Amino acid sequence: MTQDYIFGFNTLYNFFFEIITNTINSTIVSWILPNFSFNPGWIAYILSALTISFLIFNAALMGAAVYTWFERRIMAKFQGRYGPNRWGPFGLLQPIADGIKSITKEDIIPTGADRVVFTIAPIVMMIPGLLVFAFIPGHINSMLGKINVGIAFVFGVTGMNTIAVIMAGWASRNKYAMFGAMRSAAMLITYEVPMALAIAGVILLSGSMSFNGIIEAQKIPFIVTQPIAFLVYMICATAEMSRAPFDMIEAESELGGGYHTEYSGMKFAILQISEFMAPIVQSALCVVLFLGGFNGPDFIPGILWISLKIVLVLFILLWTRSTWPRLRVDQIMELAWKYLLPLALLNILLIATEMTIFDITQSTSLWIMGIINWATILFILAFLSLFKNFNKKTVQQKY
Amino acid sequence: MPIKTEPTIINLGPQHPSTHGVFRLRVSFDGEKVINVEPVFGYLHRGTEKLAEERTFTQIVTLTDRLDYESSMTNNLAYVEAVELLANVSVPERAQYLRVLVSELQRIASHLIFTGFFLQELGVFGTLLMYCFRERENVLDLFEMLCGARITVSYMRPGGVTQDAPPEFWKNLDDLLNKLPQLLDDLENLITDNEIVLARTKNIGILSPQKAIDSSVTGPILRASGIEWDIRKANPYEAYDKMDFNIPTGSNGDCFDRYLVRIKEIRESINIIKQCIKSIPKKGPIKNSEVPFFLRPESGEVYSSIESPRGELGFYLVSDGGIAPYRCKIRSPSFINLTVLKPLLIGWKMSDLVVIFGSLAVNMGEVDR
Amino acid sequence: MFGFGLLKALWVTIKNFILPSRFNAYQYPDRKLDPVSLAQKEQKNFFLFILQSPIKVLKSLMGLISNKEYVPRNPRFRGQDFKWYIERCTGCASCAKYCPLGIIEIQTSSSHDRVTEGEKYNIDVFDIDIGRCMFCGLCVEACPYDALHMGSGFEEATYSRNNLIINVETLKSAPKKPSTWFRPQLEAQGYNPQKDKEVPWNEVGRHVTLNKTEQGNRWIRKS
Ligand code: SF4
Ligand code: SF4
Repeated sequence: MTQDYIFGFNTLYNFFFEIITNTINSTIVSWILPNFSFNPGWIAYILSALTISFLIFNAALMGAAVYTWFERRIMAKFQGRYGPNRWGPFGLLQPIADGIKSITKEDIIPTGADRVVFTIAPIVMMIPGLLVFAFIPGHINSMLGKINVGIAFVFGVTGMNTIAVIMAGWASRNKYAMFGAMRSAAMLITYEVPMALAIAGVILLSGSMSFNGIIEAQKIPFIVTQPIAFLVYMICATAEMSRAPFDMIEAESELGGGYHTEYSGMKFAILQISEFMAPIVQSALCVVLFLGGFNGPDFIPGILWISLKIVLVLFILLWTRSTWPRLRVDQIMELAWKYLLPLALLNILLIATEMTIFDITQSTSLWIMGIINWATILFILAFLSLFKNFNKKTVQQKY
Repeated sequence: MPIKTEPTIINLGPQHPSTHGVFRLRVSFDGEKVINVEPVFGYLHRGTEKLAEERTFTQIVTLTDRLDYESSMTNNLAYVEAVELLANVSVPERAQYLRVLVSELQRIASHLIFTGFFLQELGVFGTLLMYCFRERENVLDLFEMLCGARITVSYMRPGGVTQDAPPEFWKNLDDLLNKLPQLLDDLENLITDNEIVLARTKNIGILSPQKAIDSSVTGPILRASGIEWDIRKANPYEAYDKMDFNIPTGSNGDCFDRYLVRIKEIRESINIIKQCIKSIPKKGPIKNSEVPFFLRPESGEVYSSIESPRGELGFYLVSDGGIAPYRCKIRSPSFINLTVLKPLLIGWKMSDLVVIFGSLAVNMGEVDR
Repeated sequence: MFGFGLLKALWVTIKNFILPSRFNAYQYPDRKLDPVSLAQKEQKNFFLFILQSPIKVLKSLMGLISNKEYVPRNPRFRGQDFKWYIERCTGCASCAKYCPLGIIEIQTSSSHDRVTEGEKYNIDVFDIDIGRCMFCGLCVEACPYDALHMGSGFEEATYSRNNLIINVETLKSAPKKPSTWFRPQLEAQGYNPQKDKEVPWNEVGRHVTLNKTEQGNRWIRKS
């Protein structure tokens, strides 16, 4: 297990703590104040924590930057193109070129825009995405912020996204942006409900709200035992990060960009980075909740397992993104309230009933649970057949 | 006390991702619903009809390339037909077959663009567009082989066509015809059964047959409303009377039918091209050698029209016996089809607006002329 | 129905993702070389090449080696840079007359000192404003002596519009690789302007080259 800890934050923390303590001891204490008894513990504590957060946040930003490259390459491959391949090996330096481009661009604030809100909005958009990274465990107990209500915290924080989008849309004083912001207000809030309910099943089964507890409870990944929750969660997650088929917030073909229509330069880059961070965050959550997190055969360290699974989920998201068209506003709402919400409730009901019947500590009973739940996928097929009823009610209104 | 509300007015265009060129729609929205539409166009006006009055009859061919830049071949054909009628010029048989062949190729290319943008407007950013453009590229390669240009072809001349097809042309044409059905199957698998596409397009933007006839809509839009009207059958020009093909029609007249009719038309076009290859005379002149460059038809007037990918494309020419037409009027299908835009759009949501407008497949080069 | 349509769509896209035959994009202006084509370019056996220069192979795998390549065009491609043979041009100005835009300017002066038969006008000015040209090829079609031909280039961007006017000097010095558009005689030779050598002036015409006696006989009326 020690080899796993090389990547853990705890060892990292200890490492920095030792270095900083020693430096402080050897500089301040021995040179400046030789006759002064001084315990550098708390300074070292703060400094090492700051160092690690700095490292992790930058890693997150780097991850988003690399993800832009990944997305463009994969999407291009789906479309029979090359994607960025000019800068560096495999075009990997493209994000840096993009960054330089956005920094050197003029930063335009439209006349009549609310300058303060316009400026703050990208920052508000960025912070929640970064904060979540503090709670994704790379291995047992190796995370930056150790709290026992991880899920609740993460959901509270990612909910901030909506506010940022509305701020950006409102402040830019552009009707397209306003349309996008209004749509996002409706959609993001709607989809929090089935998403939270889908996770309720996970919490029920694992009996814990901390990510560690959930991952440890997954002797069999929850995708096997709770396929319905997984499906509902994935649909809601795509909606939350406003990707196709739920990308009506940006809707290039309708709104020409949505809430970030008026942004340019570095502000636009920040909005883009936080937007590209959303898929990473959501697929990391998905991996933690349903795919067993860092669990996996021991020959690869846990942090690599979790990254591999994240990449897999990202690929599937890109795959659907480049295949499926976008739903209309009312259809998206209909999907959430009429189909996803009952399904999530059904899932809770199923799990709760099964938990009283079976002994969930036994893996055989877990497998039986899984089989029963997969059988209910038939219901889901029936539910998908309801898609054809979508358009029956759409009639042209008279004006 | 009721709160006073006002509709939001948005200018969709002239620069907008889904207006297909420079077109402006002043739309009033009540929330997401469209309550009024006011099309504004003329941003691409180049005065083609006026310019034509100062060009010789052959030189005008180059102007017609630029009308509907997605289907230059059929524009060429429509114009050249009118001139031939005016000057009473006969066309050699091989040239007739070549004309049918290239105009069907052009129909395929044009409908492929439509299909690509159709899904683009529904929200798949680029995937299907790239597939369609990939195949359209092959058609354009054939055009390049034939006449040296891909878009602005200027291939036809009064009395024939400029050049005969080189031997590689026939080989590549066979390749293309073998490959196309596979692509069409791909397209149909991607779109036709797709539940999201069905939800977005079925029963959306319905154009009733009566309304379609009243507004003199032509082309695939008319056929999607269930009316079997195709100038290739109704008034056969060139070699179309020797071809055997069906006219696909829709049943509902909604956006989905307009897509389906076009896909079926591509299959029919492949069929026509195959017949062409079979029955084209192996040798023979491709141009009536009696037609001079500075053609001087006797004074008179003609109207002649053909079935372009977008509908009935007609040219009305008046000659006063000079080297240039006295008046040239173009009946462009896109412009006439746009007249149904307002009743089609009002009452639908913003997302539907984009799809309905896309399904009309107007081309701004042709609308503004 | 039942969501199978969605799955079918996914199947189509993944097919396009995996199958290399569906991949159809041309890199321009330079192409990243994969190891196979790099070995071909260096004219070496592929396996030997891997053994000899593994670093190059690695580099090309990472997409660091590129080669300047032009988009292949068909021999009939109507492009920029008109090919004009001063030896053939008589200064008849048919091309100028036929041009729909009137962008060809020709000025000639009679060459009184050269009175032998077959001589012609001096061409002082032959300007084509290719900034306005639409490459319709009507001028080429019009030329009765096959003196003017289309070229096959398309990368003529400059910083000033004036540079886009090509005059006698540029026309004279341009490499004589005419496009085969409206030139069946070149097509019959299987000429390809992208690959083949320059064509001398006495080979581009549709007329047969006559020897001296034949040329003399041409002007004798035989009845
Ligand atoms: S190609 Fe056409 S536009 Fe250009 S010079 Fe010749 S005739 Fe004029
Ligand atoms: S290029 Fe041809 S058409 Fe033009 S002046 Fe010379 S000979 Fe006459």
